[in-house]
Amino acid sequence: MAYSEKLLDHFKNPKNVGTLDKSKSNVGTGLVGAPECGDVMRLQIEVDDASGMIKDAKFKTFGCGSAIASSSLATEWLKGKTIDEAIAIDNMAIVEELALPPVKIHCSVLAEDAIKSAIADYKEKNAKA
Amino acid sequence: MSTDRLIYLDNNATTPTDPRVVETMLPFFHEIPGNAASRNHPFGWKAEEAVDYAREQIANLINVDSKEIIFTSGATEADNLGIKGVYEMYARKGNHIITCTTEHKAVLDTCKNIEKTGGQVTYLEVDAEGLINLEELEKAITDKTILVSIMWANNETGTIQPMEEIGKICAKHGVLFMSDATQVVGKLPIDPKATGVHIMAFTSHKMYGPKGVGALFVNRKNPRVKVTAQMDGGGHERGMRSGTLNVPGIVGFGKAAELAKNEMASEAERLSKLRDKLEQGFKDKLEEVYVNGSTDKRMPHVTNISFKHVEGEGLMMTFNQNIAVSSGSACTSASLEPSYVLKALGLGDDLAHSSIRFSLGRFTKEEDVDFALEAVSKGVTHMRDLSPIWEMYKEGIDLDAVEWAEH
Repeated sequence: MAYSEKLLDHFKNPKNVGTLDKSKSNVGTGLVGAPECGDVMRLQIEVDDASGMIKDAKFKTFGCGSAIASSSLATEWLKGKTIDEAIAIDNMAIVEELALPPVKIHCSVLAEDAIKSAIADYKEKNAKA
Repeated sequence: MSTDRLIYLDNNATTPTDPRVVETMLPFFHEIPGNAASRNHPFGWKAEEAVDYAREQIANLINVDSKEIIFTSGATEADNLGIKGVYEMYARKGNHIITCTTEHKAVLDTCKNIEKTGGQVTYLEVDAEGLINLEELEKAITDKTILVSIMWANNETGTIQPMEEIGKICAKHGVLFMSDATQVVGKLPIDPKATGVHIMAFTSHKMYGPKGVGALFVNRKNPRVKVTAQMDGGGHERGMRSGTLNVPGIVGFGKAAELAKNEMASEAERLSKLRDKLEQGFKDKLEEVYVNGSTDKRMPHVTNISFKHVEGEGLMMTFNQNIAVSSGSACTSASLEPSYVLKALGLGDDLAHSSIRFSLGRFTKEEDVDFALEAVSKGVTHMRDLSPIWEMYKEGIDLDAVEWAEH
């Protein structure tokens, strides 16, 4: 199975690996997947309260090379976007960028789910009572 | 890792053909081109003579009569011929076959096929070490049982089944005993007759011979076993397997058997030391390392290890430019299901996804093992740094209590 150069680069040199302080009100955390399924993705966003822009994004992923590359790419794309722009990221864009083979499309779906889940967590924390 | 080094630790998938075997085969492509079934000229005679000699070499390795060796295209065909052949030949006696859940697909799918045609199959479960339960085996035998088919050693874990005890149970009940011995022949000294095995499938390419040739041992006396041919044709191999014999392949298979006979004892000792070094090395360097299958009743050259909280395919990608191994991870299979063999041992899906099989061989050197130990440990550490569940485990979170968003 030959993977694309972009995918291999994200796998070998993953961007934005790490953990944000999930207790902060401007940090949204998404944890998707399950160990039994062979992949778990945790994606976090830190939103600048004044501008509403995502100023930082971090991930950790348990999974295959495509899952790690998909989440690394997702964090790259998230930085500098507004919440509305971020929520519009489509898994097929990840598939195209990394040239994921058909059996690995679920990795991109998981990344999209992780983005949406992190945003939902952020919104829930910041919902006006 | 920036090195051109290529290390092959996937010898249970296939072994490199020994150069001494290749050399023996070469004349049989051009200089001695005959069909072993051509009875009326020297080309045929020479080919037949070479096949007879190889048959002796192979029979000698497993201590059977050369007339009891039926050549096939490989172990898959031999498994098919053994099981379907018995099922058809002994249809009047019964229609029940007993096998186990950790067999190779060549046995399991053959049994599934038999079920579709009206046969009955019992799939024995295995314990945490991968061993069948002898009492369950005996209980499963009915007056309709015609065959028990249990693999000698497992391809994924190397676990060796209690063959002599199974042989005794089969003899007591007058049931034929077959074994897929693909992973054992040429690696450990085995004697099917003394073990009570009547039919045995094996192949050349797992013992440093060429691909495309295998054999079925079929017992000729006490009891005289027959299998119904699964291919129609010229009636080769005493009518049990038609088709022109693969003379160069068979010659290579024979030479591989001769070499194995001479070298397997010292090789088994050397490889088990290297295997133990590899296993101990991982345990010393890393936490949460689990060896799958029996560590007592097993082949000397293989270890199947789960590196917890790391996914197998991802891990392999950290070193697969340099080291070849296999994984039980779903991501390496077309079905997206983790290894059914490891699941049958009772391993959770998470550990099955985390497994790597290292199978050493004749051409594995100690420095290869040392290199693999370093590279794989480095990969595990890298993947754990990336793993959210490793982080959660380290924080003391009970992963079983987490409500995962399964997809």
